[in-house]
Amino acid sequence: MNASVEKAINHEDGSGVSRDVTLVEAVNMALAREMTNDDSVVVLGEDVAINGGVFRTTAGLQERFGYKRVMDTPLAEALIAGTAVGMATQGLKPVAEFQFMGFIYAGLEQIISHAARMRNRTRGRLHCPIVYRAPFGGGIHAPEHHSESTEALFAHIPGLRVVIPSSPQRAYGLLLAAIRNPDPVIFLEPKRIYRAVTQTVKDNGESLPLDSCFTLREGDDVTLISWGASIMETLQAADRLAEQGVSAEVIDVATISPLDRETLLCSVAKTGRAVIVHEACGNGGFGAEVAASIAEGAFLDLQAPVVRVTGYDTIMPYYRNESHYLPRTGDIVQAVEEVISL
Amino acid sequence: MKQRHNFTVVSSRYLDEAGLPLDALPELASDSARLLDAYRNMVLARTLDQKIIALQRTGKCGTYPSVLGHEVIGTAVGQGMGHHDVFVPYYRDQATQLIRGVTIVDLLLYWGGDERGSAGWERCPQDLPVAVPIATQCCHAVGIAAAMRIRDEKRAVVVTLGDGASSKGDFLESLNLAGAWHLPVVFVVVNNQWAISTRRGLQTGSETIAQKAISGGLPGHIVDGNDYFAVSEAVDHSLDRAHGGKGASLIEAVTYRLGDHTTADDATRYRSAEELKAAWERDGVKRFQSYLHQAGLWDASQEKDLQAHCKDMVDKAVHVYLETSPEPPTAMVDYLFETLPTALAGQRERLARIRQGGAA
Repeated sequence: MNASVEKAINHEDGSGVSRDVTLVEAVNMALAREMTNDDSVVVLGEDVAINGGVFRTTAGLQERFGYKRVMDTPLAEALIAGTAVGMATQGLKPVAEFQFMGFIYAGLEQIISHAARMRNRTRGRLHCPIVYRAPFGGGIHAPEHHSESTEALFAHIPGLRVVIPSSPQRAYGLLLAAIRNPDPVIFLEPKRIYRAVTQTVKDNGESLPLDSCFTLREGDDVTLISWGASIMETLQAADRLAEQGVSAEVIDVATISPLDRETLLCSVAKTGRAVIVHEACGNGGFGAEVAASIAEGAFLDLQAPVVRVTGYDTIMPYYRNESHYLPRTGDIVQAVEEVISL
Repeated sequence: MKQRHNFTVVSSRYLDEAGLPLDALPELASDSARLLDAYRNMVLARTLDQKIIALQRTGKCGTYPSVLGHEVIGTAVGQGMGHHDVFVPYYRDQATQLIRGVTIVDLLLYWGGDERGSAGWERCPQDLPVAVPIATQCCHAVGIAAAMRIRDEKRAVVVTLGDGASSKGDFLESLNLAGAWHLPVVFVVVNNQWAISTRRGLQTGSETIAQKAISGGLPGHIVDGNDYFAVSEAVDHSLDRAHGGKGASLIEAVTYRLGDHTTADDATRYRSAEELKAAWERDGVKRFQSYLHQAGLWDASQEKDLQAHCKDMVDKAVHVYLETSPEPPTAMVDYLFETLPTALAGQRERLARIRQGGAA
């Protein structure tokens, strides 16, 4: 879109202004922004229209953009995933919401066997510019099946991008990029930090890159690599380590697939140590791919083994015990102390 | 107080097994050009089918699902559809695809293990490639129909599936949405009696598959799938409804899978020669040919010419297919995303080196 059109839109709807928003509101801002910019963007899912989404991420969109562009679907996840595929082959850009990641599995066949493959199997004749959004992760005292982090399932699938914002600003910029991307994106929203922090976000329609990690804090002694809600504990750990005289670099991977290995390897080349933090189980978790990439690409720079701080290889406990499952700031500090001592 | 809710499923048939009309034929029977086009397509599909099976048996094509016994349904679907409608096929739809404009070479390439078989498609650029995962295409069909509704277009979608697919949630979820959203889509269930080795009676306790439409709020119609007039009339009627904003419908076209499930299957393990012989008696291609003879629209010399013409067309396409070199290995990377992510650049380079005779 050219600059004058952008300016006109800003003028018309009064946006383009900066607001202090939560991650939920940032998602809503990005959806409204891109629906304004592009008539082909449609939103569908369970309770997204009249109710505005169970977390309020789609609040007000149906009133603003009409029932044809913001659609409540029947309660059927395979249908939601597959309907989006059909819509996308007709040139629409569907943003399909799964109410919780724990219910996305019924849609996996559609995502894996069709959305991810359509461009390849038609040699570009048809493609799927779809964003599949889902809140994920634990820590909000939710019922069973509402707290898992299974991002690694999607990172394993060729043809998908897997994007995880960890702040309101990154949620806004990355979601805009995801909607504009001509290929399917799994956009996982860490619900533990949906409302935990407020950040100033400028509604200027500027997207963030989907092909690079974000270095949130520079440091020399150790590289802390994380994504999603765990970024909070990782940054807190970096603060605490600084008090102990340890300088930690913090990288938010954000787009876990395809992975920006370059940024990670450059950082580890500098620090010589890496600690990977994520909420999901360690076994087969995406941290394993990060660790393997560091072993392959920066082995001779390492002064200590790469260490992972992750959830346990168990079923996510019900909420009375979920705080014991989730990696804590102290766990990260301790892991760093161990690799520093080597 | 109790209230009774009644629902009706209508079934229709016009020709007996010898091709003689049982009743007054529908109006389309007076369009002799359409009838002859239909017959030519049925014969072409059958000729191609035999050739692909022969290619597979000699190692020149991959595993292939025969269209034998499905040519009449596929032809009626293809003829009924408008150019701007969208076809969402399963994997036994060669007869429809030939009418839509998918070329014989495209079909050979696809079943011969080359992604380019679903590329191009200049005459039907929005048609979907065949769906291999069972019933998943139903969800795509309602998504396409929803896009048409969103844009107020007077177009429609036809999606095909086998009887086996009617057991899957994707089918039932899609029927449900088609009814709830009043979508311009026609579901054609090609009931060939077999989900590989599981016969129709073991797949569902439902008396008909057509009645499943009623659960989604759609009309369900059963037709003799070996009766060109019955299938064509139902397809035309359903598409008229869809184009006219009257919503979705379902056709259960009853036929019999005369071949194995695929070239990797051996149906003699699970069904009798007697049953197959009886099914051949109902073959719709032969039945339609008999009708055309009796109606004075076809004779032995035309039949001979058509057989030779179809064989020639298929042979020429097979020659092109066999002469087509595989894509370079880098193609597996090049169509994954619109632009190659940096993360994959190294893998592409490696594939390019292999292509140039480097390390295998």
